[in-house]
Amino acid sequence: MNLLQQVEQEEVKRLVEGREIPEFAAGDTLRVNIKVKEGERERIQAFEGVCIARSNDGVNSSFTVRKISYNEGVERVFPLYGPMIDNIEVVRRGIVRRAKLYYLRELRGKKARIAEKRTHVKKKTADEAAPKVESKPKAAEKTES
Amino acid sequence: MRTGLIAEKLGMTRVFDQAGRHIPVTVLHVDGCQVVDVKTEEKNGYTAVQVGVGKAKTKNISKAVRGSYAKAKVEPKKKTVEFRVSADALVTVGEEITVDHFVDGQFVDVVGTSIGKGFAGAMKRHNFAGLEASHGVSISHRAHGSTGQCQDPGKVFKGKKMAGHMGAKRVTVQNLQVVKTDTDKGLVFVKGAVPGSRGGYVLIKDAIKKMMPEGLPFPAALKSAAKADAPKEEVSSEAAEQTQE
Repeated sequence: MNLLQQVEQEEVKRLVEGREIPEFAAGDTLRVNIKVKEGERERIQAFEGVCIARSNDGVNSSFTVRKISYNEGVERVFPLYGPMIDNIEVVRRGIVRRAKLYYLRELRGKKARIAEKRTHVKKKTADEAAPKVESKPKAAEKTES
Repeated sequence: MRTGLIAEKLGMTRVFDQAGRHIPVTVLHVDGCQVVDVKTEEKNGYTAVQVGVGKAKTKNISKAVRGSYAKAKVEPKKKTVEFRVSADALVTVGEEITVDHFVDGQFVDVVGTSIGKGFAGAMKRHNFAGLEASHGVSISHRAHGSTGQCQDPGKVFKGKKMAGHMGAKRVTVQNLQVVKTDTDKGLVFVKGAVPGSRGGYVLIKDAIKKMMPEGLPFPAALKSAAKADAPKEEVSSEAAEQTQE
C-alpha cells in the first residue's frame, strides 16, 4: 500500500469513528439524515429516496439518492464518509440487475418501481439486532454482490 | 527569509474539516530533507542553504558529487536544491528539517515542473477559440487564424502566440494554504493543486505575498531540536513507524 492510500485509510477511520455505515447497494431505499446548520442551531433533515449509484473509492466514496419531490425528480450525491451525514438508514432493499440505475431517470410512477428483496431483509434485521463492527464496508459490499 | 523544503508529490485526495466541508488537498512527502551545504557572505558572496531529499544509490552518483556529500557527512540525496535565505536563517550542515517547518493555516508557494503536453495547438496552448464548426469553414477548425496585418508591418510580431511545445517547464503556484502536516510520516497537506505529476519533486517555500504567521520555527524546524525538546514523543513515533513496517 502506498503512502497516499495509507493517508486515505486513516482519514476514513477518523471519519467513521463513532458512526455506523450500513451495508447498502444501488436499488435500496435509503433515509439519509443530514445535519443542517441554521445560524447557530443545528437540526437534522432527512432525505429519503432510492440509491441509484454508489462509488467506492476510499475517502472519495459517494452515493446518489434519487426521489420525486413535488413531481420533480431530485437527486443528491452524498460523500459516504462526510461528517454532515448523521446516519444512513436502509428502509427497503431492492432487487436490481445493474450497479447504476440511471435508467430510472427516464421512468416515472409504476415503471420506476423496484421489487423488494424479501429474504435479504429478514436476514438483515437479525444482523442489525446484533452489534457489528463496520470496519470494512467495502469488502462486505463485494461479498454480498 | 527561511529556507524551503523539497517534497515528492504523492497525489491528491480530500480531507473534511470540522464544519463538514471537504477540502481538496495535495499530499506532499518530505523524505529526510537534510542540509547539504551552506553558502555564506564571506565565502560565496551570498547566503543560501542547499538541501537534499530522498536517498540515492551511491553507484549512480559521480565521484565529484559523492565527495561533496562526504564533506557534509550526509548520505547521497536524490534531489538537491539551493534556497536563498537571509544571513540569520542559515542552518548548520547535516541538520534534518522536518515538516513542522510549516504550520497549519500558513500560506506557501509551491514550485514544480508541469506535466509535458508535447507540441500543442493554439487552442490548447493559449486558449484560442479556433475557427467555426460550420458556415463554410473547411479543414481548419482548430487553426489559430490570422497572425498579423498586411504589407505594413509586413511581418509577424515576435512573441505571437502560436502552436508549440507546452508544459514540462518550471511553474510556481503562489499562496496555497497548508491544511495540516504529519510529522511522523513527513507529509504536508496543501490545499489545491500543485504542478507536476505524481512522483515528481516540488519545492515548498513560505509565500512571498502573504504575511508570515506568528510562531513559525526560525531558522527552521530541525529534527535535532525536536528530539531535544520531546524525547518521549520521538520514541513513540519511531515505534509507530516500526509497527507499520
